[in-house]
Amino acid sequence: MNLSVSNLSCQRGERLLFENISFELNPHQWCHVTGENGAGKTSLLRLCAGLTNPLSGLIKWGGIPLKEDTDRFHQDTLYLGHANALKEELSPLENLQLMSQLDGSPATEEAILTVLDRWGLLGREELPVRVLSAGQRRRVLLSRLTLKPCPLWILDEPFNALDRRAIQTLYELFNQHLEQGGLLLITSHQAIEMTDGMSVNL
Amino acid sequence: MNLFTTVFIMVRRDLILALRHKSELLTALFFFVIVVNLLPLGVGPDPKLLSKIAPGVLWIGALLATLLGLPRLFAHDYQDGSLEQLSLSPHSFTLIVLGKIMAHWLVAGLPVVLITPFLGIQFNLSGPIIAVMMATLLLGTPVLSLIGSIGAALTLGVRGGGVLLSLLILPLYIPVLIFGAGAAEAYRSGLDMSGYFWLLAALDILALFFAPWVSAVALKVALE
Repeated sequence: MNLSVSNLSCQRGERLLFENISFELNPHQWCHVTGENGAGKTSLLRLCAGLTNPLSGLIKWGGIPLKEDTDRFHQDTLYLGHANALKEELSPLENLQLMSQLDGSPATEEAILTVLDRWGLLGREELPVRVLSAGQRRRVLLSRLTLKPCPLWILDEPFNALDRRAIQTLYELFNQHLEQGGLLLITSHQAIEMTDGMSVNL
Repeated sequence: MNLFTTVFIMVRRDLILALRHKSELLTALFFFVIVVNLLPLGVGPDPKLLSKIAPGVLWIGALLATLLGLPRLFAHDYQDGSLEQLSLSPHSFTLIVLGKIMAHWLVAGLPVVLITPFLGIQFNLSGPIIAVMMATLLLGTPVLSLIGSIGAALTLGVRGGGVLLSLLILPLYIPVLIFGAGAAEAYRSGLDMSGYFWLLAALDILALFFAPWVSAVALKVALE
């Protein structure tokens, strides 16, 4: 499976954010989308996640245009955006149980607790998300990387609010994912400490 | 993917969220009780008059109570990014939306149906008319939630969306109001009221078929 982006242009309102962006991401590869604030990094990721439509151009997953097989694409993709998409009234455990059900791969309580332990959140699994810090909320969201097995990760500023230990955990997950043949499309304002990646500058 | 599973997951999710927000859970119910109780203060305590206007009053109360929670139907999920994630789920987004609508009805519509007998007694309604009112509300309030979801989806993220939502949706509620209140009036006049029930049931089926789909499309546009 590969992600192929060809001649992609995106417009927001009257403003053309970018045009004729092309790249191809194959298994074991990762791509860092860079650019200034407002350059369209998030827009590019949302386009690749199938959340918005491009002004022109084509995105294909496994050689098939996204719009032709959205079900399979959604199954094969995990997109984590700026917002944490957590319900503040629910605990991390409940949030992750719900998300895994909606992701189509229900996780057991034991599996979720193991993942939360890896992110240093064991002991906080029953607390409402509203009492967690920004970094802890981000870690709850990133727990989904382990709970939803899928080849394509599209991550928008995943390092935001994370401490050094959590960043280390995230890198471990990235390496593991890429070793297993996964693909990673990422935006981040900080330099990414991994080698052999490609870069798309907007 | 089992269709019922998707709907069940969403209904359960939204009911848990509603139960954690007890104030929101009770708002629609209290609003309904207050609206219905305000009217006798305005028109006077004549039992005959109150009994005559009660079906209409109860229906308008139910309609406004349903409308009250509609702006929040998708707004919280939109603001915290959950809606975006729901739209990317391998489950059918239309069924996810249907689950949310059903949860809205369970929180805003069903309590209204259940409290109607108590308010009916207040309005000097007889037992059979109360039963007719409950039956029409049971058939009609799901239509209010279903049609309302379209307005909630169309006005999502729009400044002043609450007002726009009312302007969009209230005219669409008119047939439900007419058939719902009309059934009680027909019973009182000794006329056959089955037609009103059939019409409400037809609206239920139509709304159930179209509303979640239209709402899902409108939500995807809002997410762009």
